[in-house]
Amino acid sequence: MYDRQVRRRRAVLLALVACCLVLLTAYFGESSGGPLKSVQTGTMEVVAPVQEGANRALKPVRDLFGWFGDTFDAKDERDKLEAERDRLRAEVARLQVAADENAELRDIVDYARSSGLDAYEPQTARVYSRSPSSWYQTIEINKGSSDGLAVNQPVINGKGLVGKVKAVSDGNAVVMLLSDSQFGVSALAAASGQPGAILPVAGSPGDLLFDLVPEAKEVRTGDTIVTAGTVSARLPSPFPQGIPIGRVKRIDGEGELDRTIHVTPFADLRDLDFVQVLTEPSADLRASAP
Amino acid sequence: MTWNAASIGRLFAIGIVGGILQLTTISQVAIFGVPADLSPLLVAAVGLLCGSIAGAGFGFGLGLFMDTLLAQTLGLSSLVLLAAGYGAGRLRELRDPAHALVPVAVGAAATAVAVIGFAVLQFLLGVDAPVSLLLVRQTLMTIVLNTLLAMPVYLACRRLLAPYLPDDPRRRRRRAYTTGGLSPLSRA
Repeated sequence: MYDRQVRRRRAVLLALVACCLVLLTAYFGESSGGPLKSVQTGTMEVVAPVQEGANRALKPVRDLFGWFGDTFDAKDERDKLEAERDRLRAEVARLQVAADENAELRDIVDYARSSGLDAYEPQTARVYSRSPSSWYQTIEINKGSSDGLAVNQPVINGKGLVGKVKAVSDGNAVVMLLSDSQFGVSALAAASGQPGAILPVAGSPGDLLFDLVPEAKEVRTGDTIVTAGTVSARLPSPFPQGIPIGRVKRIDGEGELDRTIHVTPFADLRDLDFVQVLTEPSADLRASAP
Repeated sequence: MTWNAASIGRLFAIGIVGGILQLTTISQVAIFGVPADLSPLLVAAVGLLCGSIAGAGFGFGLGLFMDTLLAQTLGLSSLVLLAAGYGAGRLRELRDPAHALVPVAVGAAATAVAVIGFAVLQFLLGVDAPVSLLLVRQTLMTIVLNTLLAMPVYLACRRLLAPYLPDDPRRRRRRAYTTGGLSPLSRA
């Protein structure tokens, strides 16, 4: 009797472990439209309304916790914002002069480029869940393929780039955040024009790396980093040019090879309620094509 | 544990509600910069209450549910949660620990197994991005937060599964003295 119980227990354990390994292997082996991923998408679609309902119903609980945290942070944030306001006042005056010059230059080179986001047909979506894992930094939103969303479309909020669409079903989508370990985007230091790539630092959501910069010494602390957009027709980027990503927080290392540029994202990736998905990220390229 | 449609349905409901609660609320409330993770606590509680087979099966199912909803690699969470549930169940079967703080210790251990196991599997599958040392701090903070939540989660699971669990003689004895009834000696 005891032997039978032991055998049964071991058989169940082995069967479950085997199931896990089969799932892992099959998931890695299949293409993006494979049966496992289709089942995943289908399940997400079925559960999404329940999740969204629960998200709305439990918002007061989240807000209560958020209120405590916000109160503690408010004073510190006020001081920072006052300093930021003073700096921005000076910058606005400087930029007004630069904007006039820029307008003239634009006329001279006849280089029309849309900088408004409307050209990219943004879709506003509500965030209703997020991954608890440090490895998969993802959120789920309540817009899907029926709203024009597709995989790899850029996702922004009022402050800057948030991530890109990772998976999409009919009525909802999963967004991979900037801080996800699999994320990467080509970028530019706005002041120096130095190109590079923004990469995440796994386990540190408020920290990004500006890597693969040819002339890293040209990049300064405080520089704004923006998306580079498509620079080669062979390798089109899904991100339009000029979306703000973050600001250079610090630069470690003295030498050219060991220089590490840390960037703080503009978007607060831990506090997202609404985001916008740019459903036509190539609109500006098409408009400027001959 | 009594196995029938009602007890399996209740385990199923615990998994679904726990999973959705985790994604929609717990994950979005960061304390000391990290959210708590209910999944290993639920799996540890079910393992402690119902045994190794139920713990392993529940861990597998809950892991699969979470992986599916978050578009993660299928089977990854299942594998680590199945190990956590099986371990908690075996502890109960082999030692039957009676101390009141056992659920707290088991919850912390299950969280450590789940979080560290998940990280190890990620490394085995290949991580392209650099990994910050802050991950260690996050892992430790998640274990601390889950340790604080372990007892309420265990008590909630025990309350939900109580009709299907065998009577605990220790619990029955305590109840006899606390409800004001006479002890067998004074009745005689």
